[in-house]
Amino acid sequence: MTLNNIIQSVIFLAALLLLVKPLGIYMARIYEGKPVGLNVWLSPVEKLIYRFSAVNSQISMTWKTYAFAVMLFNIIGLIVVYALQRLQAHLVLNPMSIPAVPPDLAFNTAVSFATNTNWQSYGGETTLSYLTQMLGLTVQNFVSAATGMAILVALIRGFVQKQIDTIGNFWVDLVRSTLYILMPLAIILSLVLVSQGVVQTFKPSVKVSLLQPTKDAEGKIVSEQILAVGPAASQIAIKQLGTNGGGFFNVNSAHPFENPTPLSNFMEVLAILLISAALCYTFGLMVSDTRQGWAILAAMLIIFIPCLYCCIYFEQKSNPLLAHLGVDQNVTAFQSGGNMEGKEVRFGIVNSAIWATATTAASNGSVNSMHDSFMPLSGMIPMWLMQLGEVIFGGVGSGFYGMIAFVIIAVFISGLMIGRTPEYLGKKIESYEMKMASLVILIPPILVLAGTAVSVVLPQAKAAIFNPGPHGFSEVLYAFSSTGNNNGSAFAGLSTNNLFYNIALGLAMFFARYWLAIPMLAIAGSLSKKKIVPSSHGTLPTHTPLFILFLVMIILIVGALTFFPALALGPIVEHLMMTGGLR
Amino acid sequence: MSKSHKSKSLFDPSIIGPAIIDSLRKLDPRHQIKNPVMFVVLIGSILTTGLWLQAILSHHGEAPAWFILAISLWLWFTLIFANFSEAMAEGRGKAQAASLRRARKDTPAKKLSKPKYGSPYQTVSATTLRKGDIVLVEAGDFIPMDGEVIDGVASVDESAITGESAPVIRESGGDRSAVTGGTRVLSDWLVVRVSSNPGETFLDHMIAMVEGAKRQKTPNEIALNILLAVFTLIFLLVTVTLLPFSIYSVNSEGFGQPVTITVLVALLVCLIPTTIGGLLPAIGIAGMDRMIQANVIATSGRAVEAAGDVDVLLLDKTGTITLGNRQATAFIPAYGISVEALADAAQIASLSDETPEGRSIVVLAKEKYGIRERNIHELQAKFIPFTAQTRMSGVDLGDGKQIRKGAVDAIENYIKNLGGSFPDDLKSAIDSISRSGGTPLVVAEHKNVLGVVHLKDIVKGGIKERFAQLRSMGIKTVMITGDNPLTAAAIAAEAGMDNFLAQATPETKLKLIREMQAGGRLVAMTGDGTNDAPALAQADVAVAMNTGTQAAKEAGNMVDLDSNPTKLIEIVEIGKQLLMTRGSLTTFSIANDISKYFAIIPAAFVGTYPALKALNIMRLATPDSAILSAVIFNAIIIIFLIPLALRGVAYKPMPANRLLRDNLLIYGVGGIIAPFIGIKLIDMILVVLHLV
Repeated sequence: MTLNNIIQSVIFLAALLLLVKPLGIYMARIYEGKPVGLNVWLSPVEKLIYRFSAVNSQISMTWKTYAFAVMLFNIIGLIVVYALQRLQAHLVLNPMSIPAVPPDLAFNTAVSFATNTNWQSYGGETTLSYLTQMLGLTVQNFVSAATGMAILVALIRGFVQKQIDTIGNFWVDLVRSTLYILMPLAIILSLVLVSQGVVQTFKPSVKVSLLQPTKDAEGKIVSEQILAVGPAASQIAIKQLGTNGGGFFNVNSAHPFENPTPLSNFMEVLAILLISAALCYTFGLMVSDTRQGWAILAAMLIIFIPCLYCCIYFEQKSNPLLAHLGVDQNVTAFQSGGNMEGKEVRFGIVNSAIWATATTAASNGSVNSMHDSFMPLSGMIPMWLMQLGEVIFGGVGSGFYGMIAFVIIAVFISGLMIGRTPEYLGKKIESYEMKMASLVILIPPILVLAGTAVSVVLPQAKAAIFNPGPHGFSEVLYAFSSTGNNNGSAFAGLSTNNLFYNIALGLAMFFARYWLAIPMLAIAGSLSKKKIVPSSHGTLPTHTPLFILFLVMIILIVGALTFFPALALGPIVEHLMMTGGLR
Repeated sequence: MSKSHKSKSLFDPSIIGPAIIDSLRKLDPRHQIKNPVMFVVLIGSILTTGLWLQAILSHHGEAPAWFILAISLWLWFTLIFANFSEAMAEGRGKAQAASLRRARKDTPAKKLSKPKYGSPYQTVSATTLRKGDIVLVEAGDFIPMDGEVIDGVASVDESAITGESAPVIRESGGDRSAVTGGTRVLSDWLVVRVSSNPGETFLDHMIAMVEGAKRQKTPNEIALNILLAVFTLIFLLVTVTLLPFSIYSVNSEGFGQPVTITVLVALLVCLIPTTIGGLLPAIGIAGMDRMIQANVIATSGRAVEAAGDVDVLLLDKTGTITLGNRQATAFIPAYGISVEALADAAQIASLSDETPEGRSIVVLAKEKYGIRERNIHELQAKFIPFTAQTRMSGVDLGDGKQIRKGAVDAIENYIKNLGGSFPDDLKSAIDSISRSGGTPLVVAEHKNVLGVVHLKDIVKGGIKERFAQLRSMGIKTVMITGDNPLTAAAIAAEAGMDNFLAQATPETKLKLIREMQAGGRLVAMTGDGTNDAPALAQADVAVAMNTGTQAAKEAGNMVDLDSNPTKLIEIVEIGKQLLMTRGSLTTFSIANDISKYFAIIPAAFVGTYPALKALNIMRLATPDSAILSAVIFNAIIIIFLIPLALRGVAYKPMPANRLLRDNLLIYGVGGIIAPFIGIKLIDMILVVLHLV
């Protein structure tokens, strides 16, 4: 690990932590309906939206109605994105005359963006029209993120309210999340990105002459290149903020028009974790005990920081295979050293590793380097962070409510250990909450392991694996870890744009999102009906280092026990073979 | 108190024998299906046994026949060990039930035709009696059924139920009117109205409870079962998917064999929480057992569990916090009267007063002022007993002296009627007695007030420390008393209680409980009288005294056979212990899995990927020995933990955070480390014995 690695990562972490409190306070005030500038100035807009959509913002919904509204809204969104892709050839804003997207891919993409996953089996610049990108994907980037935040707010109400049957109004939570939180932040970030050179235009692709003509595979001289452009900056800002991750261009944030400079890189990677981290403080404020929010943020950091440095360490260490070929992997003033395969020179090791860790800790999934080319163990880190259930920051809203499921399990076991019916924030955790939290913990591993198992034996699925051996296995495992936890990043090395993977991964994304969201709303409804038990010496405090460590242990043990055998047959054995084989 | 007939040593041979037979009988799938974790083990055992038969018969087993057999046998042992723990717990209960059943002989009953002593009766079998029947029980007879005394007074031997050998008095009316079937009248007679039908008596309840027959799963047990089922499902998925993963790896590397079903079953059984899953029934039954050993009958496991959650204890002052009787501690004479004169008068007035307060006045006068007891007949004294109307007592002496003692206002009225006046200088003495929690007892001779006797409530020794412990556990204590607020505050402070309810009536008690429950607290209380019944019914944990009325017993969800109000504290501890044992063993069980992975995963795949040898950090001899050692450890740990499951995790009152820390260190960290050592040891033994 170099000094540069440490300085850059510490600056990143410090900037993130500094923003947690101000943004956290702002979001708490928005959700509690307290005046905080924007919601005063824009309140006519908010009211207008309700009037146009015939929403009675005063009505509070039961958890079932709330869940119904979530599902209705998301399914309609899914259908719209599907229809846009199928019909884009006949619609406006298609200067390149891109044809309709095939049905299986359209299904996969529609599910992917509705579920805040943004798994991309397509290349954006060659598959989608500008209209589809903007009206379909960018809109979903906002509302899928806002859906996650709305569900979290409903859950928080469950903790705060006493003996009330309802958990708030989904439409209001959705509109407020979008209008007051996501929109303003996205506008600020897009402007910064445009200033750094990210493109934002409706013009078609540009044809340019190469300064230095080159030869293609067949030996013909190539002197021209087509540069794809489009309305990218607006989509990229929300793709990072809303933990979406779907790139405008195929190579995502490695593309110089998506992420041109070290500053744009810093801003984008900061945006990946920003809202999810700040929601911890929002939670603390809303439950009137900020220590609880800090405790959860601490638990996230205790897992995140070692993963980050582990990833940096193994990437900075030279790749034995490259060393064998005589590649210079030493750190000098002119190169960052380490395993630079699949990385952008302008980002180097540390910014690639920070991004890889952040994008998989949060369920973002945008990439600025190829995870497939990471060293086995540093490639395992992003995979494992997803397999932990996307609760280390995770998706905006969804990461935190997933974390609450783990908190419920931790509180339950520790409650038994001190001889009391478990309680969290004064709410008793009983068999109903355990049932629902168990579903939340159980569904993603089922999707990941079952999906991988089917794919490594089914001939047409196996045919899509490029690399043999453990690495090929890792590629499949990564694909299902990513979709089964709504991350959306790809290991690559697996050709997924075919009927089997489009459908299988599409279903994984669908169930991973909604089979977790609905039980969490059920928990919100059940908690909301309960009394609040006043705390005493006999109550287990849930903000102490001891409880934080226990929570971390529960997350790690569940994650490790579930995926250890699979990881042993993938990255772990690959690492052992690589280091052992060349000794 | 003798509890000897109730407690058995942990490994009593008379229990172990039948328990071994029982643990084989419990292999019945219909029994196993109730416990999903162990049911999975049963399926695994059957599967591996089938694979072994196939290996023997076809000579083409998926693995060497001896290996499959060894795994299969140890899986069966895992099941049997788990069954054994349950059978042990039940056996202990059954032993108690048997001793209780001896008390429930089919006794003849004298059924009266009319609810009146002396009316004709016919002798019938006790089993034919129904609720509402009236029976006569005379000296030497067994009381045939639970009931309420409607006439008569008798001494009753209740040792069969309580283990207490001293006979108790049972009489009609008041709070000592309930009798229990199976107990024996020693002297006199009772007319009893039967209050329960056969099969519904306390004894039946108790037998059902200890036998575990009626045991229903408690809410926390249900929640824990869900968690265990989830872990089982996850590990089922992990092992099932390992087969395709392994096939892929073998195809891709081109050598080695796909992992065998036997190894996968072994891995599955090692990973699923068999330790807690197997011991869970035993823990629940043993919890009940501990309640019974404390001489408390709970009507449900739910009540036992709720006891661990209690936030507030309502305790009656008398008998629980104080010794029950006020005692005279000082004589304070009025102006112009000597202390001796006051003591003398107070003693004479108390000579015939058999109440503890009266006795204490006589004793104090004798000890402090050397005034000896005089014969009441020599004084030709006429005793004036205490009545609710006059609220005083005293004597009229032969020489015409009239001495009275009583409450301040009663005496004040009395002397005013006689034309006297209450001396002002005593008022301040009376006030200071009240403030200090004492009771002033005014002594007057005719219309002259002689002075005041300071009666003091004596707080029980050690009770203050007990309440401090409770406070550190987060449990508040509230004293319930009929005293005035001044007195109540003083005693509550002296006993170190958090709060008090003075001048308590059944209504104010009920109101207090409801208020606390509305604030989210769980309330426990004890009670015996009929007027306690509404509050008992409202409280979350309500312990009725066995000496109490039928109404009180029916309203409560536990009955304390010793009728000891302090028992509530023990009940809370037993409830907590029950939950803690479950939680600690769950943590232990899950923590164990880490080492099992390090034993089994390299062993299972080293054929395909030799590099995985690096994960064999325990350096186990061979792949076979590694897998076998993990399975053996998984089975015998159940046997090792049976004593813990039956006795329960040790409980010391301390704040939640420290309790969690201690238990995590023992069962969490210990649970990670212990199997590494255990598996390595077993592996070494297998190698030494040349078994692998």
